[in-house]
Amino acid sequence: MYRYDPYDQKIVDERVAQFRDQTRRYLAGELTDDEFRPLRLQNGLYIQRHAPMLRVAVPYGLLSTTQIRKLAHIARTHDKGYAHVTTRQNFQFNWPELKVVPEILAELATVEMHAIQTSGACIRNITSDPFAGVAGDEYIDPRPWCEVLRQWSTFHPEFAFLPRKFKIAVNGAEQDRAVIQCHDIGLELKRDAAGEIGFRVLVGGGMGRTPIIGTEINDFVPWQHIITYCEAILRVYNRYGRRDNLYKARIKILVKALGIAEFKRQVEEEWAFGKNGPSTLTEAEVARVATHFTTPAYASLPAEDAGYAAQRSATPAFAAWARRNVLAHKVPGYAVVVLSLKDPQRAPGDITDAQLELVADLGDAYSFGEVRATHEQNLVLADVRQSDLFAVWEKARAAGLATPTFGLLTDMICCPGGDFCALANAKSIPIANAIQARFDDLDYLYDIGDIELNISGCMNSCGHHHVGHIGILGVDKNGSEWYQVSLGGSQGNNTSIGKVIGRAFAAAEMPDVISKVIDVYRAQRLDGERFIETVRRIGLDPFKIGVYGDAAIIERKQNA
Amino acid sequence: MPKLIRNGRVVDDSAEILVLDETQAPEALTLPEGQVFVPLAVWQAHKGMLSGRAGVGVWLDSHESVEDLAEDLESLSAVALNFPKFTDGRAYSGAALLRSRYAFKGEVRAIGDVLRDQFFFMQRCGFDTLQPKAGKYSDAQLEEAVASLKDFSSPYQAAIDQPEPLFRRARRVA
Repeated sequence: MYRYDPYDQKIVDERVAQFRDQTRRYLAGELTDDEFRPLRLQNGLYIQRHAPMLRVAVPYGLLSTTQIRKLAHIARTHDKGYAHVTTRQNFQFNWPELKVVPEILAELATVEMHAIQTSGACIRNITSDPFAGVAGDEYIDPRPWCEVLRQWSTFHPEFAFLPRKFKIAVNGAEQDRAVIQCHDIGLELKRDAAGEIGFRVLVGGGMGRTPIIGTEINDFVPWQHIITYCEAILRVYNRYGRRDNLYKARIKILVKALGIAEFKRQVEEEWAFGKNGPSTLTEAEVARVATHFTTPAYASLPAEDAGYAAQRSATPAFAAWARRNVLAHKVPGYAVVVLSLKDPQRAPGDITDAQLELVADLGDAYSFGEVRATHEQNLVLADVRQSDLFAVWEKARAAGLATPTFGLLTDMICCPGGDFCALANAKSIPIANAIQARFDDLDYLYDIGDIELNISGCMNSCGHHHVGHIGILGVDKNGSEWYQVSLGGSQGNNTSIGKVIGRAFAAAEMPDVISKVIDVYRAQRLDGERFIETVRRIGLDPFKIGVYGDAAIIERKQNA
Repeated sequence: MPKLIRNGRVVDDSAEILVLDETQAPEALTLPEGQVFVPLAVWQAHKGMLSGRAGVGVWLDSHESVEDLAEDLESLSAVALNFPKFTDGRAYSGAALLRSRYAFKGEVRAIGDVLRDQFFFMQRCGFDTLQPKAGKYSDAQLEEAVASLKDFSSPYQAAIDQPEPLFRRARRVA
């Protein structure tokens, strides 16, 4: 993974000094709340319900075990012994005191970490495929490009005060695992007919209050020009994006208002000035960054480890875990392991300091000292030998990190919600835990199969509910918490936005509602058909009838 | 005398920023003596008369475009860009455009909600003159605030102050 040189380190060290001084001036009354707010947000520091929340950047989800141990130390020393993995592959601490945040940042800087631009109206942490470099369907490794873009976007002076936040994702494989269609800029690495690397550029996607799927603005921007092209998009947005209404300030609204043809015209007119300028990437720079992402020293192994097969036969619980949480690796004899953070005893995405220490140990012993965070709020060991899987499983299981449900109903994405977040309309963690408690039978979960259930506690959609096969959105009705259910959303290559099925439900109704939805699917599915495929084939009406009953649907149609 | 920061140093400044309220037609204004920044509407109404006068600059609000001044830049020694709120970042693009696309060599002044914690970004985008609101900082605080111009020593990306990105400026070894 990328390691800092003295320039990178100096920028992070200077940031620590800058924020230390800003915090001092704030606490001394020299900076007002309004003046300090954007400064702390651009350092990932929110004021939450109980205490500040600090969001630490994990660029494109990659972590060294040294960094993991530092996060464990921070959780133990400055927090209540746990951290939370976010849907931007970042880490959050929920309980640090404002006055110790500069100290935390100084500690992070010693392991090449920071909290730069993890919030605020600026370019946020760039996200990517958690299986980059190891997936069999990868065309081009996105990590070097993510790092190049990370450096470009870090403290970009022109784009620190955009109309609204700005999110970029990069994918380089046949399957989109970075939700690029729901980003302000989505980049798909590809090759042209001559074999040259470039990017298909999508713009104006996003979730939030107005979910929109991104539109292609350019089908191939050669790699040399990706920075100048992004700068042109950002400049048009910075100048003409709406600033009068927070809810209409994202770039998607500007793209919709102008139309993609006019937006593209403006961007390319702007690009004509920057193209071929000094920000044009050089082969030397890309090669320098790419040397940090070379293939690890894989051993030459048989494609199928005999011991691994025997262990699966002998130990059904291991086989169950291997079936869901172990994925194919492009190198023979290796596997990708998903360490689940969906233990029903904990909030989805939460991890304790002791678990973090164990993950670091596993990473060192079995996966070249690296760990990844996923936007689905799990951790990944990307390079495990098949012959080591049993040992990894035993240790992970003892630590509550081997819930064998990757990709199943209870492996849900869930924002921190009203228990922590000041923006939330409703709690989300208790809903997740109640659904996990209802669906605690593994055989039943396996029978339901691949499905994505996503929960957001408010319209900001941090829990990606719009693209959940089942989406749950917390809403406020006259001061009480209600939950709206949508079906048919999807991430990946066939990204779609879910549709709300009807009136919202009280928290206590939610497990029953999900049961009814699943019952409809199991009654209606064709052989081998996944949940999302059934929804697409039969539409929402059978689910509405299953959930609300015939009478309610007929009455509504008559009133319509 | 009021003070501001120019090219990294605290200096006296007596320029007046002329503000037009809704009731005043630009044609009806009488201009003060000395250095003055007039609103775009006043400039456009009196361009013929004003362009001959020394010490006249134009200020643009954040919704106004530098393109509207493109033809006139040769006859202007200073342009000011207003930050109605420091979180309104349009003037960063405006300053960068003045310096790059229009190669404007005169003064580019930041006015309005100009705060020390944004000095570094402003300077990078081509502002040479930073004028916090009157009374925002004491003389001593303004002297102290100059330090913010040096918050970062080697930024990654190209901007007006460093036209080459770090990967072209420095020999970085993997």
